[in-house]
Amino acid sequence: MTPTLQLFLVVSAALFCIGLLAALSRRHAIFILIGIEMMLAAANLNFIAFWRFSPEAHQPTGVMVAIFSIAIAAAEAAVGLALVISVYRHYRTTNVDQLDQLKG
Amino acid sequence: MNSVAFIIIAIFTLAAALATATLQKLMHAALSFAVAFVGIAAFFFLLGAEFVGLVQIFVYIGAVAVLIVFTILLTRRDVEKDRGFNWSGVVVAIAVFGGLILAILKTQSLSGAALETPALTVKFIGEVLMTSYVWPLQCVGLLLTAALIGALILVMEEKR
Repeated sequence: MTPTLQLFLVVSAALFCIGLLAALSRRHAIFILIGIEMMLAAANLNFIAFWRFSPEAHQPTGVMVAIFSIAIAAAEAAVGLALVISVYRHYRTTNVDQLDQLKG
Repeated sequence: MNSVAFIIIAIFTLAAALATATLQKLMHAALSFAVAFVGIAAFFFLLGAEFVGLVQIFVYIGAVAVLIVFTILLTRRDVEKDRGFNWSGVVVAIAVFGGLILAILKTQSLSGAALETPALTVKFIGEVLMTSYVWPLQCVGLLLTAALIGALILVMEEKR
């Protein structure tokens, strides 16, 4: 038995939901970012799996999208972590529950 | 494709990802994040996209994980541990997982086996990047430059 596309999609869905769990239930701002990174990585895994199992695998479309997606995720991580450091300088905390000054 | 390798990598990756989402110590969670991304890179190798796997290792383990560890160290006076776990997030995540699994298992056209491994050399990827994907490549370069400048401006000390 070789792994089918469905198995890869199930693993990727599990990874996406673990990332969602981290983004929703963590209180620390850095780990919300890590959850978002993990969801992006699950999407990349889907791109590569669909490319590998498609009948036109000689065209590198899925690979290209995954490479660009990794680059965009890196840019997002850099800006996000800079935001965390900036917020920490102002409020001396990175706990997102205590950042409630804009709360109505 | 080897199913034994698939099962081992899947268990490894999901265990590390779950540790990232639940561990209380911030540094342990950040290091298990790196382990989870090694597992995802192993999936890319298994699927025959070696270049993407290498890029994943370089970018995530080499840059993003180090950046996250540095940020934790720079902000560690605040909390050493992440207290207070929001349990409603667990409910939402499990509900989304159930919906996704239902959609994947109900779709009939997804159960086909893989065709022969396509030969995807780095030379070919480079040629394609420089011919048909040259505009996206330039846009990503511009985006990375803008992100770099933006990150620098955000963390710059304000002069008073």
